Amino acid sequence: MSDSKYFATTKKGEIHEFKEDLRSLDRSKKKEAVKKVIAAMTVGKDVSMLFPDVVNCMQTDDLELKKLVYLYLINYAKTQPDLAIMGVNTFVKDSQDPNPLIRALAVRTMGCIRVDKITEYLCDPLQRCLKDDDPYVRKTAAVCVAKLYDINSELVEDRGFLDILKDLLADSNPMVVANAVAALSEIHEVSGKDVFQITSNSLFKLLRALNECTEWGQVFILDSLAAYQAKDSKDAESIVERVSPRLQHANCAVVLSAVKVIMKQLDLIQDDALVRQLQKKMAPPLVTLLSAEPEIQYVALRNINLIVQKAPQILSHEVKVFFCKYNDPIYVKMEKLEIMIRLASDKNIDQVLLEFKEYATEVDVDFVRRAVRAIGRCAVSIEKAAERCINVLLELIQTKVNYVVQEAIIVIKDIFRRYPNRYESIIATLCENLDTLDEPEAKASMIWIIGEYAERIDNADELLEQFLETFPEETALVQLQLVTAAVKLFLKKPTEKPQQMIQLVLTYATQETDNPDLRDRAYIYWRLLSTDPDAAKEVVLAEKPVIMDNTTSLEPSLLTLLLGQLGNLASVYHKPPEAFVTRSRMAVQRAEDLAPASFEEEGPISAGASEAMPGPVAGPEVQSHQPDLLGDLLDVGEPTPPAPVAPTPTPPQPTARPPAPPTSNGNLQELLGGLDINAGAPPPAPVAPQQAGQADPFGSPAVRQDQAGGSSLRQLLTADRGKGLSIFGTVARVGGQPVYQLRFQNETAQPLDGFMIQFNKNTFGLAPANQAVNVGVIGPRSSGSASVPLVQNPAMVSPAQAPPTLQVAIRNNQLGVAYFNDSLPLPAILVEDGKIEGSVFVGSWKSLPEANEVTQQLPINIGSLESVRARLAAANLFVMAHKQVAQTNEEVLYITGKAATVDTPTQLLLEVRYSKAIPGIKAFTKSTRPDLAPFVFEALPALLT
Amino acid sequence: MAASAVFILDLKGRPILIRDYRGDVSTKSAERFITKVNELEETGKVSPIIYDEGVTYIYIQYSNLYLLTVARNNINSAAILLFLHKLREVFSHYFRELEEESLRDNFVIAYELLDEVMDFGYPQFTEAKILSEYIKTDAYKMEVQARPPMAVTNAVSWRSEGIRYKKNEVFLDVVESVNLLVNSNGTVVRSEVVGALKMRTFLSGMPECKLGLNDKVLFEAQGRSAKGKAVELEDMKFHQCVRLARFENDRTISFIPPDGAFDLMNYRLSQNVKPLIWVECTVEKHSRSRTEYLVKARSQFKERSSATNVEILLPLPSDAITPTVRCSQGSAVYAPEKEALLWKIKNFPGGREFMLRCKFGLPSVEAEEETQGRMPPVRVAFEIPYFTVSGIQVRYLKVIEKSGYQALPWVRYISTAGEYEIRMA
Repeated sequence: MSDSKYFATTKKGEIHEFKEDLRSLDRSKKKEAVKKVIAAMTVGKDVSMLFPDVVNCMQTDDLELKKLVYLYLINYAKTQPDLAIMGVNTFVKDSQDPNPLIRALAVRTMGCIRVDKITEYLCDPLQRCLKDDDPYVRKTAAVCVAKLYDINSELVEDRGFLDILKDLLADSNPMVVANAVAALSEIHEVSGKDVFQITSNSLFKLLRALNECTEWGQVFILDSLAAYQAKDSKDAESIVERVSPRLQHANCAVVLSAVKVIMKQLDLIQDDALVRQLQKKMAPPLVTLLSAEPEIQYVALRNINLIVQKAPQILSHEVKVFFCKYNDPIYVKMEKLEIMIRLASDKNIDQVLLEFKEYATEVDVDFVRRAVRAIGRCAVSIEKAAERCINVLLELIQTKVNYVVQEAIIVIKDIFRRYPNRYESIIATLCENLDTLDEPEAKASMIWIIGEYAERIDNADELLEQFLETFPEETALVQLQLVTAAVKLFLKKPTEKPQQMIQLVLTYATQETDNPDLRDRAYIYWRLLSTDPDAAKEVVLAEKPVIMDNTTSLEPSLLTLLLGQLGNLASVYHKPPEAFVTRSRMAVQRAEDLAPASFEEEGPISAGASEAMPGPVAGPEVQSHQPDLLGDLLDVGEPTPPAPVAPTPTPPQPTARPPAPPTSNGNLQELLGGLDINAGAPPPAPVAPQQAGQADPFGSPAVRQDQAGGSSLRQLLTADRGKGLSIFGTVARVGGQPVYQLRFQNETAQPLDGFMIQFNKNTFGLAPANQAVNVGVIGPRSSGSASVPLVQNPAMVSPAQAPPTLQVAIRNNQLGVAYFNDSLPLPAILVEDGKIEGSVFVGSWKSLPEANEVTQQLPINIGSLESVRARLAAANLFVMAHKQVAQTNEEVLYITGKAATVDTPTQLLLEVRYSKAIPGIKAFTKSTRPDLAPFVFEALPALLT
Repeated sequence: MAASAVFILDLKGRPILIRDYRGDVSTKSAERFITKVNELEETGKVSPIIYDEGVTYIYIQYSNLYLLTVARNNINSAAILLFLHKLREVFSHYFRELEEESLRDNFVIAYELLDEVMDFGYPQFTEAKILSEYIKTDAYKMEVQARPPMAVTNAVSWRSEGIRYKKNEVFLDVVESVNLLVNSNGTVVRSEVVGALKMRTFLSGMPECKLGLNDKVLFEAQGRSAKGKAVELEDMKFHQCVRLARFENDRTISFIPPDGAFDLMNYRLSQNVKPLIWVECTVEKHSRSRTEYLVKARSQFKERSSATNVEILLPLPSDAITPTVRCSQGSAVYAPEKEALLWKIKNFPGGREFMLRCKFGLPSVEAEEETQGRMPPVRVAFEIPYFTVSGIQVRYLKVIEKSGYQALPWVRYISTAGEYEIRMA
């Protein structure tokens, strides 16, 4: 008999038919109906309205029917919490059934029904089942404690379930022990409390259970052992001794978890001979993992990558097993390649190179490129092999396959950076392939090579000229390299042609381009060359630091952390768990009672589109920016003479690859101190910024209204602090874009010009699109206005806890730099399409962790609903629902908006509760960025009154 | 930490089964998953573990299905991938063929199974044989209510008590497959033997088994002279029934076997073996319109053995025109769908050499883009019965059961080709 027929019915009135059948007295008809309902549920139809009828079928001897009803309950109980109570009696009765299968089924299902009222009734049956005679029931009950903890942690603690769970670690049955371990580990991790500490006593019990439980149980136990901190070398040895037989297990997950435990203890073992022996013992099982299914190979390879970073000797003789097979999936091939690079040494390099060369002729372009790059990386990391690597690269260039040639040139550039002045003889060969280059990175690399070795290339000027023909159309990467190469050429061969060339390039780069980086670099060169050519030589032709191939190596502390995570996702992503784990708790009462009232749809909806995979692990760096925050800007205030006298040579980096170019932190200094817009030719040293505002660069944000202007601009800088210049302004959103509206009042006796503006890093990452402020010359005792378009720049984002202010620096040619603080209004970055569906609102609210909720009382009174709606909408905040809370005078507004935070937009969810009778409102906000809450609360008073 | 939900989807991403274990992911995850997979496949960056917006998708593909696990936390991904493969085995055991149709036909049972194999996202019990003792398909529905078999929670979770056979027999197949990679210049880059001891047991009661191999490490430990017969196995992996601690101690392989077929042991050794069948392919390009392959295949094992079902797959250019073949043994046909020539030799005795000649043309107009990329490797498949590359031998298989019956062990040996690749010049 086939079940597929249950999926067939789609006709109208189907629900009605179900209902009738469910109420039928005919048992088989009833069962058929339940099957149809489950089938409908699976394909996504809403059958929640059948709830009472289905639950009525619950009390039955038919196990299959019971299971189906339970399945239905798990899915729909949440939508009908009041009706779900109907099932409680049956559950409680079932939990005392003589058949252990039914007892277990009852607790297991009850734990899956995430309804508070049911949970209360779960406690007694659970207590009984944890002490059941049958191990099948006990092991199910053990997991159920974790379920209960997820729903209501206090209940678990109050009822003493944690202690019972700990007692189960000593249970006679290994599967019960294993599930208790799993449950305790989870509670330990989620609660952050110290509920599961392995002691030497429990350790012994776990190790004993390890030998007897199922493969999955072994994984749970081994994973928990990985967290155990051995007391001393002896302790570590005894654990390893008990765990190492697991390396022979057929289940790869057991093997990987065993490796994890051993790797961890290895650090503690003092007996070097034993350590070596253990390392030797781990190699064959690791190699065997590569015979598993490709998906498992992938996890194994990501893990082996970590292991060989820590202890390459484990697999140093096994490089061959990582050679790619023709039919390996591409994700396996790519990972194998990484490991081959790590294991390559001057002993095996010939073999490895032969393989890389083989791969470089395969069909998959991405793989071919990676193979070519791999050759370059080997050359950089193994000095003895560099020459052999170069020869292979030259052979590959001879194939004339376009992307192979380009990739080869990119890596050869790196080889030159690693071994300066050693392999220039091959430049001639490279130059034969100029015409094939059409990718920016390859072009930039070739140009860098030409510039760097200009004195050895006879026709360097001609070669560069070829590239210069298309200068305006090139990408920024290529343009920057061209500027630098032209300068190098000029410094090395100051003949007529290079001189013309440099004139041309610098003129273009300073006058025609919109790219500030390019312009800045050109200006710096120009000034350098015109003020002190010798200094220029010292700077531009300075000896460069030699590079290393550490692009893919992880930082040691992170590596240690990840090795403790072998097998887990963290070890696959090579990121710490915090970077990708999103806790999502469902039970949020307020948003929930909104659900049945206003919205039809149901079902949990996971967190909105606002989360994204955090980029490459930033590690502790992110934190370290904070103290520098003020420093960044204060640097600017230092009256540094801008003349480039014997600077510490930070030569322009050839490309964006490591070592990293100077960070953008320095930009402000370069800009404000070092250049003058008016001059086409290199200017004299500009007036050093005066001591303006040094005493109190960051006063409290000025909040005086600009009476004179009559607009809503606030006074930001008073004339006495601004040496006669007062500034009014506000950040607003105009035409769907953030804009800084500014008005300057010149109270000095001289005309002011050359206004430029810069921001410090701020929460929204706002920055002026253009540093120059377009106000022209402001005459004495007159004023001028400008709107500075703002952009959001990821590099300008400050860490979360920064003060919610905007620190601004404005300079002009006459008065120098002035600093002031302004507020950062949230509406400036609220985008127009922030409206979301009610169901999405509820879903997002539920899926966001409780910690993200921020509440504040505000002493304001809500104005008329209509005007509030309009004002909110003007600020791109949308009232999604308004409702009266039953039996109280309270009213609630649900408001949404989308903030254009850098990288991904943040959906803001806002709930405002107020009552006509009582002054003041209470605002709740929730989003993936709780740090935005202060901005929300700051914006509310103006919008709601 | 644990999985949030298991989805089984068709290749378009439509759900066939959804089992939500934790209530923290949306059923819409299936749509997101399929969009993401398609997106990644286009850029060639797909992998079996995908991250998207706080959710991790771990999946395998089998016939016309995706078996997908969704998780929000730092789950043990190796365990989950293996779990999915085990789940596939369980379903295959129940429905014979696991594919969309059979799953829809049996969705009620499938839901029951999903309830038993995983709880709150933690893998629980995946022994198909034992599961089928208490989760029955319609055909075998019992009148009596099912109870969980002892085995589910026992230390011996893979075998139930009370099994009876009239005739107690054990079949043991030693299957070795040879993985070989030969470079285009004719050097062996790597060779490796992956062996499996495949067992089929038909034994009554709870038999205690002990297997003796000519294991070099064991012989040395016992101080026995190996007489050149012992083999050194690099890595051994055992079915969960084998007592690993005991093996670690004294290299004894002792176990209570599951009923029926299972892999008792897998092993691997990467000693350099002489390639059993050597294939050399010389390409002669006379002109654009006339290319000729000259292929020599040589068997490099003892004359008393013989390889059967030998298949040599010789890649041809995709635009090859009218290939004509002659060979000294077996038959060779052009297989355009594989862009290759398939040379089949039913029986290939040891120490012999056979030849094949193939002529074909190429279009006189060269394709616009020079067909970049190398030809796929020559692939060889074969079986050599009564022969193992490693020389492994089963010395004894003792079966002791308290009822004291005599069991008959049957042992067979066979070697086959695994990933046997010879790169074309």
